[in-house]
Formats: sequence, C-alpha cells, structure tokens
Amino acid sequence: MTIDWLHDIAGYRHHQDFHKARHLHSGHGSARTVASKGARREIQVVRRVLDVNEKMAQHNRRLFAGKGVFVLNMMSSPGSGKTTILERTLAEIMPRIPSAVIVGDICTAHDAQRLAGSGAPVVQVNTDEFGGDCHLAAHVIEKAAAGIDLAAVDLLIVENVGNLVCPAEFDIGENVRVVVLSVTEGEDKPVKYPLMFRQCQAALLNKIDLLPYLDYDKQRAVDYIHQVNPQMPVFEISAQTGQGFDAWIRWLEKRSGATDGR
Amino acid sequence: MHEMSIAMQVVEIAVASIPPDLKGARVERVNLKIGKLSAVVPDSLQFCFSVAIESTLLEGAELFIEEVPVLAACGRCSHRWTIDAPVFCCPQCRSANLEILTGRELDIESIELYQEDENDDRLAP
Ligand SMILES: Nc1nc2c(ncn2[C@@H]2O[C@H](COP(=O)(O)OP(=O)(O)O)[C@@H](O)[C@H]2O)c(=O)[nH]1
Ligand SMILES: [Mg+2]
Ligand SMILES: [Zn+2]
Repeated sequence: MTIDWLHDIAGYRHHQDFHKARHLHSGHGSARTVASKGARREIQVVRRVLDVNEKMAQHNRRLFAGKGVFVLNMMSSPGSGKTTILERTLAEIMPRIPSAVIVGDICTAHDAQRLAGSGAPVVQVNTDEFGGDCHLAAHVIEKAAAGIDLAAVDLLIVENVGNLVCPAEFDIGENVRVVVLSVTEGEDKPVKYPLMFRQCQAALLNKIDLLPYLDYDKQRAVDYIHQVNPQMPVFEISAQTGQGFDAWIRWLEKRSGATDGR
Repeated sequence: MHEMSIAMQVVEIAVASIPPDLKGARVERVNLKIGKLSAVVPDSLQFCFSVAIESTLLEGAELFIEEVPVLAACGRCSHRWTIDAPVFCCPQCRSANLEILTGRELDIESIELYQEDENDDRLAP
C-alpha cells in the first residue's frame, strides 16, 4: 500500500512536471514571442475560487449564532421528498421548537404554498433571479433571512434546490447538513455523489412505504452510504406514513440543542 | 451545473488580480487547481470559462486546470493513500477516522500576463 501511494505521488509529480514543461512551451515558442520584445509575467493569486461565498457563509453563521438560531441545510435530488418531510417535521416540532423555512427552487412557489399551513414563516427563493442557479449560495440565504424575524425562531430549515452535486460545494452558513435519498432512486447514488454524502451529517432514506412494491436493495443503499461516510446515521423514514420519524425528530432535537433544559 | 457561477468567480478574481500598472497587458492564461473530490467537471468549466471571459480583460485567455488527487491520512495508523474509488476508510486498518489532505481544492493559483509594449521595461525579468 505504501508503495502504491508513493507511486501515486510520483505519478502526480510527474504529471505536474509534464504540465510545467508544457507550460514553458505553451505559446512561448510561437512567432509572436520571436517577433515581439514584450514580456511575460506570472502573478501569484492563490485564492479559493469560492472565498466570497465562504466569507458570506461565515457572516451568516455569526448572524444566526448571535440570534440563537440553529440552521439545517436539507439537500437531495428533485422529488426525493424534502418538502413532504418538512411538512411532517414541522407538524411534529411546531410550536414547541419555533421554526422557519427557506425554500429554494429554480422558479416556482409551490413548495412555499405547501408549507404555509405549518405555522412556520416560509421564505421562497427562486434562483432564476440569481441566474437560474442549481444551488443556494450564502448571499441568497442572507437576503432571504432578512425577511424572517430571527429573534422569534430557534430553528431555520433550508430546503436547498433539488440537486446532489452543486449544493455540496456551497456553504450557506448552516450548522448541520442532511441529505435525503428516496428508495425510488438508485441504490448507488452515494457512490455517484460522494462529496454530498461526505459533506452531510445524516441521511434520510425516504419513501420506505414503497419498499414492498419495489425491487430495491435497501441494505445495499445503506452500505454504499457507509462506504462513503462510515459513521453517518441513516434514518429510514416515510414522509407519507410518518414511519421512522421519531428517531429522526429526536436526532434533530438533539443536534439543534432543542432538548436542552427540557 | 454550477460551473457557470464558478467560471464567473474565476473571471472576477483573475481580473481583480491584474496589477494596476499592467491593465494593458494581455492575460494569456489562468491557472486553476481543482481537487478530484470537488463537485466541478473540468470540461464543463472550460466551456463556461470561454463564455464568461467574453468582453472582459481576460478575453482570449486560456484556462489551465490542474486536477489534484484525493489524498487521505488515517487518524489511527497514520497510513496515507490516494482515494480513487468512493471508499472512505483506511485500506490498512479499516478505520473511518481519516483526514482528507488534498482533493477539495478549487483554487486560483496564478495568472500569466503578456505585455506587448517593448518600451515598457517594468515587466523585464
Ligand atoms: N410514497 C411516498 N411518496 C412520497 C414520500 N415522500 C414524498 N413523496 C412524494 O414524492 C413526490 C415529491 O415529493 P416532494 O416533497 O415534492 O419532493 P422534493 O422535490 O424533494 O421537495 C410527491 O409526490 C410526494 O407526495 C413518501 O415517504 N412516500
Ligand atoms: Mg421541494
Ligand atoms: Zn489506518
């Protein structure tokens, strides 16, 4: 193994050297260089491409902490059941845990309408105003949160845009990230989107009420999740029937500190 | 899918990195490091970059992407290895307590400028 690793590193170095060599040649041997007396210079930048988002996320985190608000970022593919899970979760925790929701969607307000009955303030964010993005960015959350009375809220749940790739890369200033996977999706989603499953602290395996009708290997899905994130708690739930919600709600209460002093 | 917003960030940072006295120089190249564990598809980013640089100071620049492998270190037995499959536990002791050393990069390393003006010796090496 050690040898493999050294080999890999050597391969990597070699790859870098190769590019350095290419780098020296790229465009330099051209007629342009010969003909002109101009000069070429490399300016070191060394910056995270997303550092504007990361700074804004830190700003949000301080803002939420200052108001005593715990923030949950919920992510999944479209249709895994995020909104349905939120409807049932809010019904269980409100008004005991005063909550608010920010729901991201590319262009409709359907989810906000569905959640309006929960009693929790709901802010809908349509990312098409922000270029049709496939994720919520920290500045979008900051703007949306301005429409919520944070002092009156202990828990803020963000339903991210349906997508297993992009939201994993964008910190929004949350305290915990949860990924939803439904049994109508393939078992192998975790290994296809490892970053998402690495970035989250819990997984909800939803729609288990459908298991009797499907040829779905649930254990395989759970094994794949653990292959990518060995310690990840997996809650098997049905947002339709409420099955499995007790354990999920207990976990959420514990993580958000809502059980403190109760 | 978010490559366009990433490309736009790259352009913004690169443009802001051009030293004020070199605004007339041509940016030939932007050097980027992308970890294999980041959620960015290099080909798609290349395409978005070519669109995002239009009518900016980067027009005509090429994007050079160096992909960085995912290196992990075991928190239990100190073994180090390259993760090249979606399995995140130590191949030596099976521990899941690991630290990702590299592979999450999404960094602009440098920009390369070319100044045509032969009378301008500020760039002379
Ligand atoms: N059978 C079943 N259907 C569900 C369950 N949860 C959600 N759904 C259905 O799946 C569809 C998508 O759910 P939705 O909550 O809109 O998903 P979202 O896009 O992740 O917000 C809807 O038709 C829901 O009624 C569940 O646990 N069981
Ligand atoms: Mg929804
Ligand atoms: Zn080990």
